[in-house]
Amino acid sequence: MIDLFASITVFDWFIDPLSHEFMRRALMVSALVGGVCGLLSCYMTLKGWALMGDAVSHAVMPGVVVAYALGLPFSIGAFVFGVGSVALIGFVKQKSRIKEDTVIGLVFTGFFALGLVLVSKIKSNIDLMHILFGSPLGISNSDVVHTLTISGLVVLILLLFRRDLMLYCFDATHARSIGINTGILHYMLLSVLSLAAVAGLQTVGIILVVAMLITPGATAYLLTDRFDRMNLLAILSSSISSVIGVYISYWSDIETGGSIVLVQTIIFLIAFLFAPRYGIFKSQKVMHS
Amino acid sequence: MMNQINAKFPSDAFRIEADQVCVDYNGTVALYDASLQLRAGVICGLVGMNGAGKSTFFKALMGFVRPSRGFIRINGLEVFTAQRAQAVAYVPQNEGIDCSFPVSVWDVVMMGRYGSMNFLRIPRESDKQAVKHALERVELLDLRSRPIGALSGGQRKRAFLARAIAQRASVLLLDEPFSGVDVRTEKLMSELFLQFRNEGRTILISTHDLSHVRDFCDLVVLINKTVLAYGETSEIFTPENLNMTFGGLSPDVLFGQTPADEFTK
Ligand SMILES: Nc1ncnc2c1ncn2[C@@H]1O[C@H](COP(=O)(O)OP(=O)(O)OP(=O)(O)O)[C@@H](O)[C@H]1O
Ligand SMILES: [Mg+2]
Repeated sequence: MIDLFASITVFDWFIDPLSHEFMRRALMVSALVGGVCGLLSCYMTLKGWALMGDAVSHAVMPGVVVAYALGLPFSIGAFVFGVGSVALIGFVKQKSRIKEDTVIGLVFTGFFALGLVLVSKIKSNIDLMHILFGSPLGISNSDVVHTLTISGLVVLILLLFRRDLMLYCFDATHARSIGINTGILHYMLLSVLSLAAVAGLQTVGIILVVAMLITPGATAYLLTDRFDRMNLLAILSSSISSVIGVYISYWSDIETGGSIVLVQTIIFLIAFLFAPRYGIFKSQKVMHS
Repeated sequence: MMNQINAKFPSDAFRIEADQVCVDYNGTVALYDASLQLRAGVICGLVGMNGAGKSTFFKALMGFVRPSRGFIRINGLEVFTAQRAQAVAYVPQNEGIDCSFPVSVWDVVMMGRYGSMNFLRIPRESDKQAVKHALERVELLDLRSRPIGALSGGQRKRAFLARAIAQRASVLLLDEPFSGVDVRTEKLMSELFLQFRNEGRTILISTHDLSHVRDFCDLVVLINKTVLAYGETSEIFTPENLNMTFGGLSPDVLFGQTPADEFTK
């Protein structure tokens, strides 16, 4: 592998893979999904919904299996079960005295287990590995179309309701007091989360998709005190790490989802250590000012 | 401004109207038979012990807790309709916000304008003017680009008051606006409230400092789970009534000379 890197220039490293149709497709989808999940991750981290993201992304599993079995696009099944899990979480929480994080853990592991059982029972040619770990390098044309549609929808909703969603995350009481319907915003954010989980599942798989939904937001949060700038930084860091992850996966033949999330985590670590204001080794100048 | 607030609003109508409101939290009664009617251009003080139900009353007026009985009207409208019309601004006792949220003071005050903006919440020039004006009123304009988390407790309180001011509502519900602010700000705020009253707005303020009530409240409501007494400050704010409100404290402590007064003699 060292030889491989030594024998090509950086330029070739980036350009060569582009001669393959599957790589162009993988890079495009990963960058897009990365950006979309990155944007949403700002809301997830600020709202404190990391666990909710984990729950929804795991809960889509049985939906994917059922959709395949019925011959439907798997995004539809995933969305139904994602939203369903959220509704169930809300219902159980309201009707019992169990704390929310317990309910979340309970519901999503239940859904995930159901998914595993279904996969082993329903005779189909679903590749469990693809669902669990994603496979952007082997993404089919119809999946590309679905992912593009879903991403477009997520971006549209997040852009149109940007300010309202920010206000909802920051101060839901004030949002209500100026006549904004926060119930709708709550379910809108959860639906968008389900959609983004479905998109992210394409590139990094069910198990790691939660990383796409929180890591970029957390990284950006360490770098700025401005919401708009945080959005931009999260989108950038997420897209860039997705693209780099795909390249690394191509050249060194490692699992793509893992390499994308690992790059994201490394970027987070760098921010964690060296962020100008909130890093561990913050510069002295800022401390004194 | 004054005309805008008074326009179409008959002077004999009620800005705030609560009729026999009852609120309970999972079966525990916090407020019962609370009635209140406030016209345009008054400041009303809400006075009662800790746990008397002041904050609960505010929440009921804002529709955040559902009364088990009774009804509430703001400017003659259902609460939600009034809120949509930006008729009411509310500053809670505790904002309960995440102080490390990446927004600046300016952004926070701008949130007071969201309800009057278009669907995409793009600020117009008039919105920016309103925000600037509100920040000036609470003397926070210099700190406008600070992150909200980088303010002191009292400054943060002023920022949220500025947000309510920027909303330009005709009804202001302020839950203990004076707690934790310095004397200068206190003075600033009471002048502001008097001016709002003259513009025809109606302000309901809860406070634990009884001197505020005497200084600038036209009306006063004494509550302890229900409205004990309600009316003109001069009539209602008597030692006997206060004694009743605060459960048997001698009127001296509440009303008479304070040890500090004796000292200066
Ligand atoms: N969310 C809640 N759940 C259950 N009980 C509550 C809740 N909020 C308030 N209470 C109870 O309702 C009563 C009234 O509380 P409220 O907060 O309205 O008092 P308050 O007059 O604002 O007091 P303070 O002067 O301390 O602010 C109290 O006995 C309190 O314990
Ligand atoms: Mg209170």
